[in-house]
Amino acid sequence: MAVPSVLASTPAAPLPTTSGGSPGAELVQLLTPEGERVSHPDYDIDLSDDEYRELYRDLVLVRRIDVEATALQRQGELGIWAALLGQEAAQVGSGRAMRAKDFAFPTYREHGVAWCKGVDPLKLLGLFRGASNGGWDPQEKRFNLYTIVIGSQTLHATGYAMGITKDGAVGTDDGEAAIAYFGDGASSQGDVNEAFVWASVYNAPVVFFCQNNQWGISTPTDHQSRIPLYRRAQGFGFPGVRVDGNDVLASYAVTRKALDDARTGQGPTLIEAFTYRMGAHTTSDDPSRYRLASDLEAWKLKDPLERMKSFLYKQQLVDSSFFDQLTADADELAARIRKGCLEMPDPDPLSIFDDVYDEMTPLLEEQRATHEAYLAGFSDGHH
Amino acid sequence: MAVLTMAKALNEGLRSVMERDPKVLLMGQDIGKLGGVFRVTDGLQKDFGEDRVFDTPLAESGIVGTAIGLALRGYRPVCEIQFDGFIYPAYDQIVSQLAKIHARSKGTVKMPITIRVPFGGGIGAVEHHSESPEAYFAHTAGLKVVACSNALDAHAMIQQAIASDDPVLFFEPKRRYWEKAEVDVSADLSDAYPLWKARVVRPGTDATLIAYGPMVKTCMEAATAAEEDGRSLEVLDLRSLSPLDYPAVFESVRRTRRAVVVHEAPSFVGMGTEIAARLSEELYYEMEAPVLRVTGFDTPYPPSRVEEDYLPDLDRVLHAVDRSLAF
Repeated sequence: MAVPSVLASTPAAPLPTTSGGSPGAELVQLLTPEGERVSHPDYDIDLSDDEYRELYRDLVLVRRIDVEATALQRQGELGIWAALLGQEAAQVGSGRAMRAKDFAFPTYREHGVAWCKGVDPLKLLGLFRGASNGGWDPQEKRFNLYTIVIGSQTLHATGYAMGITKDGAVGTDDGEAAIAYFGDGASSQGDVNEAFVWASVYNAPVVFFCQNNQWGISTPTDHQSRIPLYRRAQGFGFPGVRVDGNDVLASYAVTRKALDDARTGQGPTLIEAFTYRMGAHTTSDDPSRYRLASDLEAWKLKDPLERMKSFLYKQQLVDSSFFDQLTADADELAARIRKGCLEMPDPDPLSIFDDVYDEMTPLLEEQRATHEAYLAGFSDGHH
Repeated sequence: MAVLTMAKALNEGLRSVMERDPKVLLMGQDIGKLGGVFRVTDGLQKDFGEDRVFDTPLAESGIVGTAIGLALRGYRPVCEIQFDGFIYPAYDQIVSQLAKIHARSKGTVKMPITIRVPFGGGIGAVEHHSESPEAYFAHTAGLKVVACSNALDAHAMIQQAIASDDPVLFFEPKRRYWEKAEVDVSADLSDAYPLWKARVVRPGTDATLIAYGPMVKTCMEAATAAEEDGRSLEVLDLRSLSPLDYPAVFESVRRTRRAVVVHEAPSFVGMGTEIAARLSEELYYEMEAPVLRVTGFDTPYPPSRVEEDYLPDLDRVLHAVDRSLAF
């Protein structure tokens, strides 16, 4: 066992309890990979049969969105796509744990959370197609625009949560909360650590939801941390918990408790959803260059959809008509997304000037007018 | 009317805005009990409470990043960055996030955030306390950038900046904090000179000195000295750096036919570069001389014992005027 050295150019051998790889005994789980329902002393839920079915339905539809978008990228209709394959349970579980007023601050991979917040998947595709840099009204959806610079949104969530406190909308069961999504790579960012400091000092009603999908593009989590990420919270002065991110029930239970703690004035929680990025970082990435196919095979056995499906069967909550209907719904959703993507218009080139400022500047008015006149010189209005 | 220092005028301006709008928050390092290292927020926490005037942890990215979240929640945050040279940890939040949110959201999300930055040299400070980073921000679409030069303007401009629904970088010339002017603190803001407009602070006929922030006073002194030699120099205080009041610049230089741009920041790709380029486009046949620049050198800000050599002063300005008139 090598002694950790600050001089080592690569991280020393993993500590017994690791930031990546195997999750360890501290993992909160309510559903085993085989679909067996297990209990946990601190986190339990009692959902109706319909709610169980709805969670599974969400998982299936979200995966279908993701698969369709990946296909559209391969066919040249999207510039790039950041797949969430494998992370459906972490996103649907946490997304469904939110109340309508709770405000989510996503990265660029939170397609499942967007789904739960009622954002049309086509709006997400518009961003990856290059038709838009945003696409929805964050206030209306209580879902901020995707944030691409890693970790920046954790500070926005924390500031928003400070505003909840200033509004007096915290401290009772009617309180509000914010939730910041980020990943294992982002945990190294200064902004994320500053957000932890701020949230702790101001006791802000914010939940930090870290999807540890084991990879920051090609960099494994043990290059980001020598301790499990959830344990970072202790140093900042608030609780941290590691949940099985491929278990939609546990992800739901842990997030719901953390949000309730936040809204009732108990302050922030760091949730580490231990999961796996089964696809590439984005469609531009090639994971075969840096990870073993056997790792992926091992994680396929923990697939978030399969275990929920097994649970539904074992509990006799579903029959074949349920799956037939779900398949038909997923097909219809995919067809709508495909059609909407293919028909999506490019933005008007002159629209790029319009919303740079709330009060447009003379310089932009001049540039807009000049470019408009230039374009008008072409017979079809385009060059 | 009261005679106020610029620091006190800013303080009174902040006070007025906080009285009018309960959504205005002041946040920054040591701005509460201490009143800020330059005392610009002196007494405001006592009068408006710790909920509206609060000391933050010591991390500039955190200040701006959480201000963005507060703005999304409907607040109107005013951030203080303690010194110019400490704004860079917040650069990413300002340039990548704050500046772009209005455009990304198609105007559905407004970012009425003001970032106050004491800037510039001349106070004998140690490294990182005397910089002029305004061009970095003027270069960024989505931000507005202003610099006050005197107490009277400072009082109105800080209120106007906070009232703007666009993010504003508000540069305060720290070496002018203690200079005084008559200020009517009860003046109606709607009567104030428009925020985005430059102002001729001294009319003249032979050349235009274009300046902002701390260099306005330097240019005024140069113009006074030049008068003794029978030269009539106009001084234009830009006030707003982005948007830049080109019509005012063109109007003045069209009359004087000569321009010298003066700023403390280095010359290369600075405000003077932009102004010179636009003047050459607009007044190519009307100017008698190329636009000249008097600026800090393209070096790191020097140790303070030699900062007087680095900073444009009266003699360097007049030397440039001589060169311009000799063309």
